Amino acid sequence: MIPVSRRRLAVLYLLVFAMLVALGGRLWYLQVLSGTQYKTLAAANQTRDIVVPAVRGSIVDDTGKPLVTNDTSLVVSVNMMTLSQTTSDGGQSVLERLAPLLHTSYKALTDDTRLCTAGVPVPCWSGSPYQPIPVAEGVSDQTALEIMEEPKQFPGVTAQVQAVTDYPMPDGANPAQVLGYVQPITQAEMAKEHLPETGFAGDDLVGQAGLEAQYNSALTGTPGAQEVSVDAAGDVTGTVGDTAPANGDTLVTSLNSQLQADVQSELAKAVATARSEGNKTDQGAAIVETAGGRIVAMASYPDYNPNIWTTGISQSAYQNLIGKSDGEPIINWATQGQYAPGSTWKVTSTAAAVADGYSLNGLYNCPATLNIDGRSFANDGEPSLGDMSFAEALIVSCDTVYYDIGYQMWQTDDNAANFAKNPNAPTQKMQQMELDWGFGKYTGVDVPEGNTGIIPTRQWLYDTWKANAYAGQDWCKNGRANGSYVQQIEYDDCGSGWEWQPGQAAIAAIGQGYVTVTPMQLANAYTALANGGTLYEPRIGEALVSPSGKVVQKINPPVARRLPVASSTLSYIRNALAGVVTQGTGAGAFGGYPDSDPNYCVAAKTGTAQNFGVNATSVFASFSPCVHPKYVVLVMVPDAGYGADVAAPAVKAIYDDIYGLQGHKAALPKGVPAAIPTKVQR
Amino acid sequence: MSGLGIPSRGYGGPRFGTFAPRPKSLLARGLEKGGLLRSWDWLLILATVGLSGIGIVLVWAASAPGLEALGENPHSELKKAILWAALGLILMFVSASVDYRRYRRWAPAIYAAALLLLLAVLVAGQSVNGAKAWINLPGGFQIEPSEFAKLGIVVSTAAIMSRQPAVGARGAGRPTLKSAGLAVLAAAPSIILVEREPALGVMLVLVFTLAVMIVLSGIRLYWVGLGTAIAACGIYMASKAHLLKGYQLTRLTAFLHPQDNLTGAGYNGYEAKIAIGSGGMHGLGLFHGTFTGGNFVPSVDTDFIFTVAGEELGFVGCAVIVALLAFVVFRAIRIAQRADDLFGVLVAVGVASWFAFQSFVNIGMTIGIMPITGLPLPFISYGGSAIFADMIAVGLLLSVRRHHTLFE
Repeated sequence: MIPVSRRRLAVLYLLVFAMLVALGGRLWYLQVLSGTQYKTLAAANQTRDIVVPAVRGSIVDDTGKPLVTNDTSLVVSVNMMTLSQTTSDGGQSVLERLAPLLHTSYKALTDDTRLCTAGVPVPCWSGSPYQPIPVAEGVSDQTALEIMEEPKQFPGVTAQVQAVTDYPMPDGANPAQVLGYVQPITQAEMAKEHLPETGFAGDDLVGQAGLEAQYNSALTGTPGAQEVSVDAAGDVTGTVGDTAPANGDTLVTSLNSQLQADVQSELAKAVATARSEGNKTDQGAAIVETAGGRIVAMASYPDYNPNIWTTGISQSAYQNLIGKSDGEPIINWATQGQYAPGSTWKVTSTAAAVADGYSLNGLYNCPATLNIDGRSFANDGEPSLGDMSFAEALIVSCDTVYYDIGYQMWQTDDNAANFAKNPNAPTQKMQQMELDWGFGKYTGVDVPEGNTGIIPTRQWLYDTWKANAYAGQDWCKNGRANGSYVQQIEYDDCGSGWEWQPGQAAIAAIGQGYVTVTPMQLANAYTALANGGTLYEPRIGEALVSPSGKVVQKINPPVARRLPVASSTLSYIRNALAGVVTQGTGAGAFGGYPDSDPNYCVAAKTGTAQNFGVNATSVFASFSPCVHPKYVVLVMVPDAGYGADVAAPAVKAIYDDIYGLQGHKAALPKGVPAAIPTKVQR
Repeated sequence: MSGLGIPSRGYGGPRFGTFAPRPKSLLARGLEKGGLLRSWDWLLILATVGLSGIGIVLVWAASAPGLEALGENPHSELKKAILWAALGLILMFVSASVDYRRYRRWAPAIYAAALLLLLAVLVAGQSVNGAKAWINLPGGFQIEPSEFAKLGIVVSTAAIMSRQPAVGARGAGRPTLKSAGLAVLAAAPSIILVEREPALGVMLVLVFTLAVMIVLSGIRLYWVGLGTAIAACGIYMASKAHLLKGYQLTRLTAFLHPQDNLTGAGYNGYEAKIAIGSGGMHGLGLFHGTFTGGNFVPSVDTDFIFTVAGEELGFVGCAVIVALLAFVVFRAIRIAQRADDLFGVLVAVGVASWFAFQSFVNIGMTIGIMPITGLPLPFISYGGSAIFADMIAVGLLLSVRRHHTLFE
């Protein structure tokens, strides 16, 4: 039926014509009318930003000796998982080809890349088997090119610019806990720091503890960006733009590497002494602070080698680091340890007493025992020493004088408040003085790790009772009226734990009972005593110096407050403490020390804090010279015995190091250096 | 007259002494009106060759950067494309030389061969991107039977719908509903097999071609109306019953909002649109398209070859391609108009609607007005089977034209 078909062909013509118009119109619209817009879209679609990481800043000591250095270096890594999956011989031939390129032997490569498991001697790889294992650092560009140009010859082998962190430990100084460590950023940290998605690469390192965490933003620098053109698969086809990274600033600290090393070894010796006397001592802290609130040395025993963070940390090394059996080396006991201050506490008790109206010229009885609230309080086995001044009481460290003062101040305090169950109870007179010296709260020193210690205010008693009476330690359930010692205490505390009782007031006055402080708090309080009443927020960081050597920011210890103590009172206490070393509890340890020389004169207070269940905490808090003090030195070793036996000799040796006495090389012959080093000494 | 005594000897040729007409050369005789060379549609051939040439260049531009990046010979696809085009042209001339009426006689065999190939792909097919559409041949070659299914449908439908001799009373020669039903039944296995592969785009081409051929065969309009209604109902039921696979639906609708699904079904369309749009009026020049050369658009040498034209040749190049394709289609419709019998009409109509629909959908999907389905652009896209089928189809057109009574 051709005629019909031919007529209907007109419809087909029309249909095709409509298609033609549709295509032509759309093409005109896309290419001619919107061409510019699509050109922009096309350009945007073909570029990606690559983050060029900045080199992390170094951390140096007060003369520019490097404690932590960061560098970039061409690192050749072997991914053993890829290697074993892509080769039939487990990667042997690849490693054999690789060895001569890296100027090493096949055996050395296999040793470096084998996993550290039971029975495998070092060298071995202690990190994750899924992680590329670095086998050579500081590789030349030429070698890197040879490897990267032949991926088929070297499957799983990469040569990349990587950050290389080093801990040179100048003079043997290893303030590992103070420096902290860097680890890859976590998702949570990325969210917290509100980083743009390209701001941090996934494997970027972020300070996780210590100075590395505290000064992370300055140390990190600003990463650069490279704009590259890519194809759909994300493969780079060229570079469009380049913004150079700004490397991180160098953190200059006030730590003195020689002194730091000496303080570490003296602390270790003190711990060894305590252990040799049969104590189970497993930790300790030593701090040297200037009168101006700068930390010159800070040691925490035990320490650890921070290089484990850069070479891949094994499970066993990590367990050792955080394990109690090795004394928890990861913990900075100087800021985190909380110990009873013992008799070093009598300094604040004296200040509180004088503020409460006790005369500095008065005489106070030092009996052998004192009866308070039906209990007998003894002066550490000493016989009655009769009446004495505050100065004598400090020098011979008479406990009963302070028991009595603590009890008397309890009696004259707000007595109704002592027994009221009140979450907002006013703070006791003596404990208020201790809070004013910076105890009971964080010192503000520039490392993130720190504890507050305990000042048993009425509020603290109430809060602790609230938290433990029927929850937490569950005193009311566990306590027994005639059970073990602990059960009896729990029984008592259940019924009256919020009460501030006279016995507690007496024992708190000599720095025992509930009272705990961190070594940092105690050193800082003695700094305030030494400098005439200025309580600082101590600082380890001294300045931030740009990579070009310009001081970007000076870091000065902020003043936290002035002690509410008359300068005459502070001066009286300082003079009294000078006698401790010449004639008092510290005299034995300081035998042979040139006390009489006003340049080297040391004033100090011993402390021997009794603790339930373990041996006493040995404390020696000191400052020197006696007039216009420059340094505060504190050593605190828990579970170690008498302060005079363990801590005092260590402090004496530290002064020898500072001043260069008795054959020691002076660490600070001209005092703390004033100039800020602008170059890292290599 | 003869009384004049001059013996009549009839016309005995020019008298002695008059000039005889100069004997014409073979070429001249071929070119004169009704001559053999005139029987070939040279313009159609020229358009076909032009499209193939553009196709070869575009395949080269699309494949060379990627091959070079892989470290292979950047001209390997170019060489093959030239080979396919040359073989295709030969196939075109061969199929054009055969009297198209013979195809009618051979229709059952052609139909069976196309169907067998489709069955073979179902059994021994090679899966590429989830579609089982290729059969591996020795020597590293592949055959794509769905391309030849188009030829099968065109020939078999034309044969079935032109069964009635066009004689007798008014209206008696119209194809009956029975013929239409038979044509649908005959086409159904091919359509179903192609759908099974799955090759949604090819299936749509087959359905469209079949429908246009039946309508154009002269079947009563009310049957056309009824058929349209039934088809509409069927589509509605199918969408209700979720007969379309999930991916099919996603792909069919993704082009409406490509930005929503950039990693999935919308990606191709979105990237293709940007590539073509960024070409502007004159394009970036051959081999200068960072977009298509950078492998942003997948299948850039086959289904998405038009993006290369768009980016590198601009609106001008695209317009030339569209115009050439339109010329081929219009030429096919013109051949249908002049065909001697209904079979010839229907073959030409089938080829015209096939080329028109496939070109429109292919180009349409690259510029965001059609859903994305796997369809090559006739003559241009890289692929031997498609080129061969297209060329043979042009051969059929030429055959219909050549065996017009005028030239016989």
